[in-house]
Amino acid sequence: MKAVLTRTIIAAAVSAGMVSAASAKDLVVVSWGGAYTASQQKAYHEPYMAANPDINIVNDDSANSAVAKLRAMQEAGNVTWDLVDMVASDAMLSCDEGLVIEIDHNAELAAAPDGTPALEDFGDLVVSPCFIPQIVYSTTFGYRTDKVGDTPPSTIADVFDLEKYPGKRALEKKPVNNLEWALLADGVAADEVYDMLGTEEGVARALAKLDTIKDEVIWWEKGAQTPQLLADGEVVIGSTYNGRLFSVIEEEKQPVGMMWDWQVYDLDGWVIPANGKNEADVKEYLKFATDTQRLADQAKYISYGPARASSAPMVGKHDTLGIDMGPHMPTAPANAGNTLLYNYEFWADNVDDLTETFQAWLAN
Amino acid sequence: MASANTTAPLVTVDGTPLKVSLARAKRRAKIRALILVAPLFLFIFVTFFIPIFSMLSRSVQNDIVADTLPLTTPLLAQWDVTSNELPDETVFAALAEDFLVASKAKTIGKPGRRLNYDKPGFSSMFRKTARKVKNFEPPYKEAFIAADKKWADIDYWRVLQRESSRYTDSYYLAAVDAGYNDAGDRVLNEPGKRIYGKLFWRTLWMSALITGLCLLLAYPVAYLLSILRSRTSNLLMILVLLPFWTSLLVRTSAWIALLQQEGVINSLLVWSGLLDDANRLAMIHNKAGTIIAMVHVLLPFMILPLYSVMKTIPPSYMRAARSLGATPSTAFFKVYLPNTVPGIGAGAILVFILAIGYYITPALVGGQSGTLISNLIAYHLESSLNWGLAAALGAILLAAVFALYLVYDKIVGIDNMKLG
Repeated sequence: MKAVLTRTIIAAAVSAGMVSAASAKDLVVVSWGGAYTASQQKAYHEPYMAANPDINIVNDDSANSAVAKLRAMQEAGNVTWDLVDMVASDAMLSCDEGLVIEIDHNAELAAAPDGTPALEDFGDLVVSPCFIPQIVYSTTFGYRTDKVGDTPPSTIADVFDLEKYPGKRALEKKPVNNLEWALLADGVAADEVYDMLGTEEGVARALAKLDTIKDEVIWWEKGAQTPQLLADGEVVIGSTYNGRLFSVIEEEKQPVGMMWDWQVYDLDGWVIPANGKNEADVKEYLKFATDTQRLADQAKYISYGPARASSAPMVGKHDTLGIDMGPHMPTAPANAGNTLLYNYEFWADNVDDLTETFQAWLAN
Repeated sequence: MASANTTAPLVTVDGTPLKVSLARAKRRAKIRALILVAPLFLFIFVTFFIPIFSMLSRSVQNDIVADTLPLTTPLLAQWDVTSNELPDETVFAALAEDFLVASKAKTIGKPGRRLNYDKPGFSSMFRKTARKVKNFEPPYKEAFIAADKKWADIDYWRVLQRESSRYTDSYYLAAVDAGYNDAGDRVLNEPGKRIYGKLFWRTLWMSALITGLCLLLAYPVAYLLSILRSRTSNLLMILVLLPFWTSLLVRTSAWIALLQQEGVINSLLVWSGLLDDANRLAMIHNKAGTIIAMVHVLLPFMILPLYSVMKTIPPSYMRAARSLGATPSTAFFKVYLPNTVPGIGAGAILVFILAIGYYITPALVGGQSGTLISNLIAYHLESSLNWGLAAALGAILLAAVFALYLVYDKIVGIDNMKLG
């Protein structure tokens, strides 16, 4: 009995030793979970781990509250994350707060295949020195094809037109995007929208326009809500992220159509936490995961546009559906007639103030 | 006994006076008791009091500006706010020096964010200036204004001076819909911007309403449970507890599927002809939805304490009341109800306090009216990172709950409560 026990212990110890010898270094990558993390897993993590067996990438789905958790980690002096996926406005905020480190894009990221340096390849999308853009997504509208008659909504004004398209709308419970759309629907020229929102009268005008549909709006807070509300037929028109609508329309085959007019472009990308434990390994990984081919690959799994100009021509077909992904990108010419780029500077200054105004308007 | 009163004091076998020996034994018992509770006490202190205290203290702490701009702050303190003139060149020079140091250390964004809470615009102003500060040359005043023209606006300087003190009341002011005007006086916000007072009030009355509805629904259920044979009542108890074991999100989503306009209930009503297809009831994404879903989620917290109290009331009490001539309602109100007060008290306090802190359910089913104060506390913790304001709102909510608790203690008496 004793001998058996000893042998077992030795065997266990040896195998444990072998495992630890072969086991790789863990990199904790924080992202949004669901289909989005799955697309990153297939396009970035799996090929990288195959090529680098000493690295093991662990997914953590807490991007929703990443900024707050990152700050708590920095204050506690124990940063357990290595890489975090954030929308650009959060990346700017984290950069201001010193929660994430600045990057030398040209030196630390791969150049385009034709040799264009990274910073030029990403162009205007590098909105913060800490931010490495990954995708361009847009917040846009979906509508029920069976409830809008023969002329589906085609302009932002239609969203505010209760006579032409009676029924509930789904809008995000935030001032961001809604105020811009209200002004655009009210006839304000796109290049004047932010100047106008900088004034009290402009904000009042936007809220007055939103007042016209206020009673018919269901306010959403989570990205999954609008697709569900559309699928259930609870709303006729609703705003959400274009990738969510793609999956409702193409993957779940619901009677839903896309309305791209005045879609608002926003960016999502990587930031590296300050005081991380594996900074060198993460930078090595990022050089691979943000190169031209990898960004183009991600579009095989989800309908978000790659952030590098050089990736755009390489976008192919959806991995399982086999449909061409090009026309589903928010940046495709047919979809990009009227577009607005989220104004980072404006919102960084005004988000606190306007959120209060917006919430007060909602509560009244 | 008599001898003890008259002659020498009582002694124990080993000769020590009984009094001393007793005291020693008592002290030992006390120390032992203390040692026994010490781990729990320490645990509560470390995991409960310290975090809450450190979080609440953020509502007045304000070190960021003074720490990041150490040269500017003392100089700026001497600047006369009422002078209507910008601070002089020495202040600008000190600020340039501070900016240079802080932008190298990557800490310059923090005071920008902090000041932006009090006046929109600081965020971009600090970021722009930090980008250009390494090329600044005297005169610094002109250099700053060239980097961002807001530096020429005296209102920004007033805020900068005010918020460079190490303690601030601006978070508490913001939490009660007030703030400083450009002249530096404390004033209420204009009506279009008042939000927190309204939400505090809404949170309190909705919680009270939900508590009342829970009591109405739970009372008969608990009574039924307490009088049934144990086999049947155990089965029913499982039905009460089942929601407890289901995820909150699942339960909330189930309510959405049931109550929405294209949902189960509306479709049944339309199908049965009771309702016209064009007039489907709006039962969710409004106050009604919040109340229905929250009452359901919180109901077990009312049933359980009520049940545990009712179980202990002997049925003979009611029989005695009846045989002495009381009508059923008199017997209920004079005998049964007073006996269940400890359960009502415990259940009401549990449900009310839980309801005050709820935010996921109202956010999902409440629509426009589903924002409660805890939603905004969560927003400031997770999105805006304005932890000072979140702490101030939390402190006010905590104080409100304490006040209600004291009122409850006065009326019902806290000893008169039974949790199980």
